[in-house]
Amino acid sequence: MSRCRKEYDVEVNTVKTQKQQYVTIKGTKNGLTLHLDDTCSFEELLYGLQDMLSLEHYMDGKGQKISVLVKLGHRFVTEEQEQILTDVITEKQNLFIHSIESEVITKDEANRLKAESEIISVAKIVRSGQVLETEGDLLLIGDVNPGGMVKAGGNIFILGSLRGIAHAGFNGNKRAVIAASDMRPTQLRINHVLNRSPDHIQEGNDMECAYLDENENMVIDRLQQLAHLRPSLTRLEGGM
Amino acid sequence: MGEAIVITSGKGGVGKTTTSANLGTALAILGKRVCLVDTDIGLRNLDVVMGLENRIIYDLVDVVEERCKIHQALVKDKRFDDLLYLLPAAQTSDKSAVLPEQMVKLVQQLKQDFDYIVIDCPAGIEQGYKNAVSGADKAIVVTTPEISAVRDADRIIGLLEKEENIEPPRLVVNRIRNHLMKNGDTLDVDEVIQHLSIELIGIVADDDEVIKASNNGEPVVMDPNNKASIAYRNIARRVLGESVPLQSFEEENKGVFAKIKSFFGVRA
Repeated sequence: MSRCRKEYDVEVNTVKTQKQQYVTIKGTKNGLTLHLDDTCSFEELLYGLQDMLSLEHYMDGKGQKISVLVKLGHRFVTEEQEQILTDVITEKQNLFIHSIESEVITKDEANRLKAESEIISVAKIVRSGQVLETEGDLLLIGDVNPGGMVKAGGNIFILGSLRGIAHAGFNGNKRAVIAASDMRPTQLRINHVLNRSPDHIQEGNDMECAYLDENENMVIDRLQQLAHLRPSLTRLEGGM
Repeated sequence: MGEAIVITSGKGGVGKTTTSANLGTALAILGKRVCLVDTDIGLRNLDVVMGLENRIIYDLVDVVEERCKIHQALVKDKRFDDLLYLLPAAQTSDKSAVLPEQMVKLVQQLKQDFDYIVIDCPAGIEQGYKNAVSGADKAIVVTTPEISAVRDADRIIGLLEKEENIEPPRLVVNRIRNHLMKNGDTLDVDEVIQHLSIELIGIVADDDEVIKASNNGEPVVMDPNNKASIAYRNIARRVLGESVPLQSFEEENKGVFAKIKSFFGVRA
């Protein structure tokens, strides 16, 4: 074992003396982790990777498949480049890619992620004829008047009165909920499910929420039920 | 330099023209130089309510198209010595005869000469509305305690809030019928305000005298003892920046007991 280790070190040193080492390999109990240099060009990296993988150690094994985690550091790779990396690595029969991780993502993707996970707070009254739309969750500090509409890709939380239309999860999120301090909407919509208010005016109810049950029926319930129904609404890490 | 106030409502028939006439007249009574501008081109009424129809020679469209000077088109109200003027709308054209930019220019010119320009806006949210609000600095939204009128007022307030040059609009609740409101058959003033969430500048009771006065071409505000007249005068004082408490509608029927109850905050 120790001899083997020695050989490995020697090999690495020879590579290093020839040119800079772009690939570091670490063995863990879950398989291999490849740390790829993020400062060289992609071509150099590929050569380095091929060099490293051509070493006997990673060739044979005992027919056992080894999981590979690729860490790109601060390098951004396109889908095409990612495919090339995958090809180079899986050329060795006994290796398979577990995942390819990069510390960087594109602005577009970042913005999309941000928009989806963000709670947008808006302080205004949505009046008749106005539409307020957000990609992620919406926190409205104010009212929605009849004829007004709020739309969100995620959940809708309204601190004032909901007297107009609220449409949560409009781009396909069935788990979205609508909550309002004063719930007397003209219509509620979650994903594709629509519900309207009774024809006879009733008293509005305080602190209510609307969600879809397993059969995609809309249910109106006490706000407090959401803690059980949608635990993912809690984003606080750790306990209280 | 004066200021221009647009009177608008969205819905028709809630009392925009009556409010414009009475507010303008009340401001003149309080000694301000006032110009009423009727922007309801094609359906002008303000001249009739003011009793000035037979004096019209030129109109707003003539001014905008430079067929005459502004002062030639202004109709002077003889009841006030040089304080109250009306710029009438044209009856023969339609709303598209005027553009917002032209209105801005016109109102700018009028502001040089007058303390207050009261602009009577047509119903609706189309060209006529856009013309009316384009030159305004302030807005008063008129509504009645009916759900349909409140809906339209809400829409108009939303549009007015988008106008950068106009201060947040203020509200007149017009044609309040006390017996209906007491029985809960119409919205009460608190409900209207809660719904629209804007500042209240006046409440006016529904009164036969208002209609009679309009038909006679003499705004009700000329009568110093009428309730609606006092309400309009109060609105004018609030426009001038005074703080005037709201009128109560219930006083007439109140006995001693009711007064004590209301003193303790119990609803009579």
